[in-house]
Amino acid sequence: MPLLLAPLRLLLVIYQSVALALSQIWANKVRSLLTTLGIVIGVASVTLVIAALTGLKDNVLGELEAFGTNKVYVLPDRQRDGPTAMLSWREINFKPDEFDDMLAHTPSLKAFTRMTSRTRPVRYADKLESMNVAGIDPDWHAVENRSVVMGRPFSLLDNEQGLPVCLIDEATRDKLGMDRDPTGEDLIIGGRRFRVVGLVEPEAQLNFGGGGPPQYSLYVPYRTLWNMDPDWRSFNWVIGAARSPDVAEEAASEIRFYLRTRRQLDAGFPDTFRVEIIEQFVQQFQTIAATVTLVAAAVVGISLVVGGVGIMNIMLVSVSERTREIGLRKAVGARPGVVLIQFLIEAVVLCLVGGLMGLLIGQGMTMAIRQIPGGSMEKAAIPIWAIVLSFGFSAVVGVIFGMFPAVKAARLDPIEALRHE
Amino acid sequence: MLLKLRDITKHYRVGAEVIRALDGVDLDIAEGEYVAIMGASGSGKSTMMNILGCLDRPTAGSYELNGHRVDRMNAAQLAGVRNRQIGFVFQSFELLPRSTALKNVELPLIYSRDGWRDRRRRAREALEIVNLGDRMHHRPNQLSGGQRQRVAIARAMVNQPAILLADEPTGALDSRTTEDILRLFDELHDQGQTIIVVTHEADVAAHAARIIRMKDGRIIEDEVARPHVIRAHPPLAAVV
Repeated sequence: MPLLLAPLRLLLVIYQSVALALSQIWANKVRSLLTTLGIVIGVASVTLVIAALTGLKDNVLGELEAFGTNKVYVLPDRQRDGPTAMLSWREINFKPDEFDDMLAHTPSLKAFTRMTSRTRPVRYADKLESMNVAGIDPDWHAVENRSVVMGRPFSLLDNEQGLPVCLIDEATRDKLGMDRDPTGEDLIIGGRRFRVVGLVEPEAQLNFGGGGPPQYSLYVPYRTLWNMDPDWRSFNWVIGAARSPDVAEEAASEIRFYLRTRRQLDAGFPDTFRVEIIEQFVQQFQTIAATVTLVAAAVVGISLVVGGVGIMNIMLVSVSERTREIGLRKAVGARPGVVLIQFLIEAVVLCLVGGLMGLLIGQGMTMAIRQIPGGSMEKAAIPIWAIVLSFGFSAVVGVIFGMFPAVKAARLDPIEALRHE
Repeated sequence: MLLKLRDITKHYRVGAEVIRALDGVDLDIAEGEYVAIMGASGSGKSTMMNILGCLDRPTAGSYELNGHRVDRMNAAQLAGVRNRQIGFVFQSFELLPRSTALKNVELPLIYSRDGWRDRRRRAREALEIVNLGDRMHHRPNQLSGGQRQRVAIARAMVNQPAILLADEPTGALDSRTTEDILRLFDELHDQGQTIIVVTHEADVAAHAARIIRMKDGRIIEDEVARPHVIRAHPPLAAVV
C-alpha cells in the first residue's frame, strides 16, 4: 500500500508546492515581476523574432511560388581562377544559335526564351522616357505565363524576320500617355521606329516584401535586337520553364549537360555558364532564416541566463527569509528531498509565470507588427513549437538556477533554522 | 520503555575548544509519563531536547525510541521518525503566518506516509480536542497567543506521536494563558499521552509527574513527584 501511494504523495507535494509557490509570488507581486523581467523579455523577444520570421518566410515563399518555382535561369559565367580564367567574355557569352535544338535534348523543359536587355530612350509623341527594353523569344509568353490583354502576342515570324514590333504593359502605356488601346501606335526606341502590337499582362512581382518597379517596360523580339546593334549582344541569358516544379532540378541538369556537350567541354573542365533554379533561392532564403533564428536564439539564451541569475537571487532571498518556516517543516517531518522539490518547483513556477507573461507580450507585439501597413508581416504568427520551446526553456532555467537555492534549503539544519531570527 | 538513552554524549567543537553539551546521559521514559526537564541555560537541556526530538544525532551513545535505534539514522530517516513519533511544541509557536489554523495543523500529515488521505478530517478533530473547533479558518494573526499555542499543540498531536515534546511552551504567554495550556497538557496526559516539557520555570515543571534536573551536560536529579500510572489510551486513538 505505501509503495503504491508513494507517487500519489509526490503528486500531492508537487500540487501543494505549486499552490504555495503561486501564493508566494502573489504575496510578493512587485518583487516577482522584477525578478522574472529577464525571462519575460527573453521569451517575448524570441517569440516576436520567430513570429516575424515565420511571417516573412510564408510571405517570401508564397511570392516565390507565385513567381514560378519551375523557372530555370541560364547565364554565361566562369570561375575567376582555374582553366576558365583565360576565357574572354566573348567566348563564354551565349550565341543566338546556341540553344536552337535544346528542347529536343531537355525533356523536362517545357519552353525557354533567350533574353537580352538594355536601357534605351523611348519616345511617343512628345514624351521621352528612359526605359528597360527586353529582347524575348515568342516562347517568353509560355515561360513567364504572361499573355496579352490587347492586340496579339509575338509570333515566330516576328522573331525570325526581326520585325520592328514591340509589346508594352499598362504601366508603360500610362507613362507614355498613350490611349487605352495602344496597339498600332508607333514608338521610337533608341532612334528606331517600332509598332506596338500588344499589351501584355502585368508582371508577377518577386519582391521580398518591399515591392519595386517592374523589371522591363518594353518587349521586342530577340532577333530584332540582335540584328539591330552589337551592343545588344554583349550580355544575354536564357529563362526556361520546367514541365513542373518537381522536375526543375532535372531540367537544370539536362540544360547543363546539353550546354556542356554543345560547347564541347571536357570532363573535369568547369562550366562556362551557370544554371539556377528558384528552388535554390528558396534554399538560400531558408538558410538565411535559419541563421537569423540561430542568432536570435543565442541572444535569447543570454537573456534567459541573465533572467535565471535573477531567479537564483530571489530564491536565495526567499530561502533566507523563510528559514524558520523551513526549520519547522523539517521538524514536523519534511525530508530534505521534499524541501528540495518544493523550492525547485517554486523557481520553476516563477519562471513559467515569467514565460507566460513573455509569451503574452510576444503575442501582443506580433499582433501589432501584423498591422504595419504595406508590410510583409501580415502572416506573422507564433508557431506552437515556439510556445512549447519557450515554456520548456523557462522550466529548464527554473530547474538550473533554482537548484542551488533549493539545495541550500534542503541542507538547512532544522535546529539552526528554528533559531534563525 | 518508550525511550531508552544510554551513555548519550554530544560534543560541539567551537574553534579549538570542545564543549561537552551532553556528557554520558542515561535515561528511560515509559509510555504515558509526564516528564519535565529543567536546568539553567548551558545545562544541556536544549541539546537534550534536540536529541530526544531527533533533530540532532548524539556524538556517541545509543538512543532507542519506540523500538527504533535512531542514533545512527540519516537526515531523511530522522525526518520520518520526527513525523511519526514526535509532536513538537515551540516557545514561539512557529505557525505558518499565511495559512489557516486548519492548514497549519495539516502540515505534518502532508509529509506523512499514510496521513495525507484524510488529513482534513484528522486536522479538524485535533483542533476540536484543543477546543478550537470554531477557529479553524482563522489565520495566526487573527488568534490570541494562547489560541496560537493550542493550534501548535493540535499540530503536534495530529499524527498521534509517541511523545509530545514541548520546549518552553509557555515562555511567550501570560500567566492566565499559561494555566490554560498547562491544563491542556494535564488533560492530554490524563488520556495517556507521553509528554516531555523542557523548561526553566518551576511552576510549569510542577505539573509534571517526574522532574529531571540537568547541569553541565549531566542529569543531577531525577525526582518522581507523583507515581506513574499507566492510563488507558493516547487521546486521539478513540477518534482517529
